[in-house]
Amino acid sequence: MFWTVTKSLLEGFGTTIEIFGLTLLLAIPLGLIISFGSMSKIPPVKWLVKTFVWIIRGTPLMLQLIAVYYGPGLIAASAEKLASQNGFIQWVAGWNSLSSFNAVIVAFVINYACYFSEIYRGGIESIPKGQYEACQVLGMTKSQAFFKVILLQVIKRIVPPMGNEVITLIKDTSLARIITVYEIIWAAQKFIKLDGLLWPLFYTAAFYLIFSGLVTLILGKIEKKMDYFKV
Amino acid sequence: MAILEVQNIEKAFGSTKVLKGVSFNLEEGNVLSVIGSSGSGKTTLLRCINFLETADKGKITVDGDVIFDSESQSSLTQKEKREKQLKIGLVFQQFNLFPQYNVLDNVTLAMKLQAKERPDFKKNKKAIYAEIEEKALGILKKMGLSEKIKNYPCELSGGQQQRVSIARAMALEPKILFFDEPTSALDPELTGEILKVIRELAEENMTMVIVTHEMTFAKEVSDYIIFMDDGVIAEEGEAKSVIENPQSERLKAFLSKISD
Repeated sequence: MFWTVTKSLLEGFGTTIEIFGLTLLLAIPLGLIISFGSMSKIPPVKWLVKTFVWIIRGTPLMLQLIAVYYGPGLIAASAEKLASQNGFIQWVAGWNSLSSFNAVIVAFVINYACYFSEIYRGGIESIPKGQYEACQVLGMTKSQAFFKVILLQVIKRIVPPMGNEVITLIKDTSLARIITVYEIIWAAQKFIKLDGLLWPLFYTAAFYLIFSGLVTLILGKIEKKMDYFKV
Repeated sequence: MAILEVQNIEKAFGSTKVLKGVSFNLEEGNVLSVIGSSGSGKTTLLRCINFLETADKGKITVDGDVIFDSESQSSLTQKEKREKQLKIGLVFQQFNLFPQYNVLDNVTLAMKLQAKERPDFKKNKKAIYAEIEEKALGILKKMGLSEKIKNYPCELSGGQQQRVSIARAMALEPKILFFDEPTSALDPELTGEILKVIRELAEENMTMVIVTHEMTFAKEVSDYIIFMDDGVIAEEGEAKSVIENPQSERLKAFLSKISD
């Protein structure tokens, strides 16, 4: 039985890791774009982005998952009823065909990108003004200053808070099951229903712990790599 | 002709007028010290000349080239601004070295980035970089930092860091080098090594403008001194006579306060 359970959990954990990896891959760059938006010098852009970040950070990820998965369908149904030809409504209704896995990725990426964007913003704003001024008097362009001087200092500052989010993400993936994505917790719950076994559910903790242990080690390595300088 | 001409610079932050029309000239190879109590506008003046603030009014000419004119400033492209910026160098009070680069890279970074704009860069990259490094090593040697080229800023004393930042500014061969209170962030026992470096530069006829609180040093190293008070030049003249024989009550009060 142990091997049957392990095999089944491994299968579920594969999905967990997929959600984890894809979310990081997409949310890390998207967060940077959002952070630029929230630091924008154009007030409407800034406030629009800040309001969006507030909504995403202010509501449960579980609710966002449900909204992304079921929302377009609801809109499609009512659009049909009202026979609406509104382009935006049609566009949202088109998302109806989103598979549950893709819906999870969309919701997770948006959610995590918003958290990341605030970490980036904090990091960028914490760099002393003197660093920019030194770049300027040395004749660097703004993009040279950002990529050659500022960026690495920002990265050094944000690795610890980003690490926190990344570790949280590992466990947040378990929310995916509420829109029927077969991840590890669901795989374990199946044994409660079918075989009356509770231990597989606790067994999942071992998978999470090993994985988060690995991630912690990697994060530690990254931090150590940048130990040679102080910001 | 003066290498630096500053004409009627005015600058306000909100409703506070910090500079109320400042003009002076500086001859090539001369050293000018700007003294005055904090809030007198001396650092703002320096920052306006170095483009870190934009003056509201006035005109600045370096070596016959107008680098700033409040009448026509907006017509400059970013590139033109950067080129004009490079005519002058600035050494900061807080050094502002780049922490992730070692001493040598701090000095060569800006030069290497500029070299990329050269038409023959792709073909001669290695030779160009070698030339840049050789030049940087020469300057660092002069600053007494040959042993430290592979060290990172956090491994250096304040005095060493400030010498690196002087080397970094010198490497771009500015026509004029500005210092913004170069010893104010240093422990008293470390100020000497920086003053020595500036003195050596003066002996080599480097044109310099130094905002400083070190009166003895200012008197000794500079040709000319400007005393600023409340956004204007309250007194100016030959270094020795300004310090030893102040005319205005304000300067007398300032000097006696400093020597206490």
